[in-house]
Amino acid sequence: MMVPVLAQATAEATVSTGEAIAFWILAPLAVAGALGMIFARNAVHSALWLVVTMLTLGILYLVQQAQFLGFTQIIVYTGAIMMLFLFVLMLAGRDSSDSVVEVLRGQRLAATVLGIGMAGLFAGALTRAFADVTPAAPLDPWSPEGGGAGGLGRIIFSDYLFPFELTSALLITAAMGGMVLSFTSRQGPGGRRSQRELVEARFRGEYERPSPKPGPGVFATANSVATPALLPDGTVAPESLSALIENTSAAQFERQRKEVAGEVPKPDAHALVPPEDTAEEGDRS
Amino acid sequence: MTPLLAQVQEPMNRVELLADDPLWLVLLKVVVILLIGPILTIFLIVWERKAVGRMQNRPGPNRVGPGGYLQSLADAIKLPFKEQVIPDTADRKLYFLAPVIAVVPALIGLAAIPFGPEVSIFGERTVLQLVELPVGVLLVLAGASVGVYGIVLAGWSSGSPYPLLGGLRSAAQVISYEIAMGLAIIGVALYAQSLSTGEIVDAQQGGWFFYLLLPSFVIYMISMVGETNRAPFDLPEAESELVGGFHTEYSSMKFAMFFLAEYVNMVIVSAFATTLFLGGYMFPFVGADSALNQGWLPVIWFFAKTFLLLFGFIWLRGTLPRFRYDQFMKLGWKVLVPVGLIWIVVISAIRAVRNDAEISTGQILVVGGIVIAVIVLLTLLLPEREIPDEDAVPTTGGDYPVPPLDLKVPKTTPRRKALKAKARSSAKEPAAVTPAKEGSDGDV
Repeated sequence: MMVPVLAQATAEATVSTGEAIAFWILAPLAVAGALGMIFARNAVHSALWLVVTMLTLGILYLVQQAQFLGFTQIIVYTGAIMMLFLFVLMLAGRDSSDSVVEVLRGQRLAATVLGIGMAGLFAGALTRAFADVTPAAPLDPWSPEGGGAGGLGRIIFSDYLFPFELTSALLITAAMGGMVLSFTSRQGPGGRRSQRELVEARFRGEYERPSPKPGPGVFATANSVATPALLPDGTVAPESLSALIENTSAAQFERQRKEVAGEVPKPDAHALVPPEDTAEEGDRS
Repeated sequence: MTPLLAQVQEPMNRVELLADDPLWLVLLKVVVILLIGPILTIFLIVWERKAVGRMQNRPGPNRVGPGGYLQSLADAIKLPFKEQVIPDTADRKLYFLAPVIAVVPALIGLAAIPFGPEVSIFGERTVLQLVELPVGVLLVLAGASVGVYGIVLAGWSSGSPYPLLGGLRSAAQVISYEIAMGLAIIGVALYAQSLSTGEIVDAQQGGWFFYLLLPSFVIYMISMVGETNRAPFDLPEAESELVGGFHTEYSSMKFAMFFLAEYVNMVIVSAFATTLFLGGYMFPFVGADSALNQGWLPVIWFFAKTFLLLFGFIWLRGTLPRFRYDQFMKLGWKVLVPVGLIWIVVISAIRAVRNDAEISTGQILVVGGIVIAVIVLLTLLLPEREIPDEDAVPTTGGDYPVPPLDLKVPKTTPRRKALKAKARSSAKEPAAVTPAKEGSDGDV
């Protein structure tokens, strides 16, 4: 029991007041971010909570005088990786939330086992950290040995070259896999057509018509899509009738029928201009 | 008395000078640095409108204040008092948070920029810089990469398609161009052998990096326009395609904050480019000991260089049309990133050779010239690309009246043929009618 107390005593000796304040502000924030990430309903909110955790960790590194590491954490994790997460989530859709259907067989069992394993690892590491780890000496970020970019680079390319290369091989494999999975050949079925191929297909008759649908005709009184195009003989071009507002002529007919039956409503008191029909009648009389 | 005492004190380096700043001085610097962004924004907007106006043969804003120069001040007063319109579909928390996220990192970025050398403020020796970090360059980059969250979240939280598209474009754009920008900065860090902004400026006493590291400078210049979403790379807010892009649904003060963030970002990347490539606050062609590089004068040189770059932004906007999105991505990933990588390999090779052995610049240039000549000769061996037959007529088979591919166009029309036959038959008749025949020919 003596050892932990001793370790804590030495640790307290090296922790300054400012560092302690920063820790007790940032650490709850980081934990809150992690919890929020788990419990948030919306996928985008979840990702943003994770961003909070990443940012807080970066600032904690800064407080520990590991400035290069801290800023790299912010740039790489917060700036690039989480941004990619967000990108994918946004593409997936605004309201996509967790589905409770088990997609992979035995997924939950594996997750539980691995989760317990991770918890065990964390517990072991934490116990060791409280028991028999001597606190490191404060770093001097201006020297290469003190966590500066030069010192880190030297270590990565000498002592840790093999793990570094392994990581890069893993990343390259992942990138290649992503490319292979998302690749669709232009020639194959479902492949995207180039602009030229599309034009040729249109003229070959694979589509409804080669040109856009006609707009309002020359004699139309408005450029609204509700106004049909007129053919040279004055009749309505059927192609130009929008499927969405195809009932305009029906609506017109209905209005005329009501007018004949004398069911036209009285002019609206709030209307700035009288309805078209009454104005025309006024002209006639 | 104080100047005498100051001369007696031994020279301290930048970090030591900044470390013993009293609290009031730090607060003063913080306030000034926070004010630089908004004040320059207000000036930049009216400057941009007037400069673009001149480029388009019109006066630009000319009503408010002398010469119209108070126009953006009037706009700044007007904007907060406008009505706030919040869409029903908006994710309200993020909708409110997004402009703040866009502005705050932008304002932080200027903290690491050295505006001038050692000066004395109210008798206190200090450097015109808020903080000198061993990784000051990364501070600016981190600010840019966090600031883009504001734009992306604004696009998403508005809950309508155009802003979402703008936000997505912005995310892709900043990620791709940050890589190119980082590669450009690596060159500078290799030459200055430091990532701290102050040391990078000091390292340029022998020569500014914009001509020593020309490819890095060009890559940085292009990617800084892409990073700040400015024309010709203003795809996230392309008004011809996306209405207003990510800020379509924003109004009033929140819109003003996006405006502020955009212009402060322009100021930051320009000041950063000045620091990295244009010698920071130093006057050209004189050493650091010259009177031109002492005291408060260098602040003028610094802002002159920054304004030169800012004018570049305005000039680009007045000159170039907007890129198409795929062209923009192609430029970033297929041109800037590979060129940046190759350039880094070249300069690290040069540095390694120079550090290891006693090799003169002349020898490096000769060997480099030979290598380039060999590469040029090797490119002659590359087979020429086959040009596809552009004139190939596509086969058609629809219901449309298209002439057949083997259509034979006759030399003459039936009418002409008939007329010719008539003329021939009339030529056989007596000579008296010849003039008439000629007349009919002229008719045809």
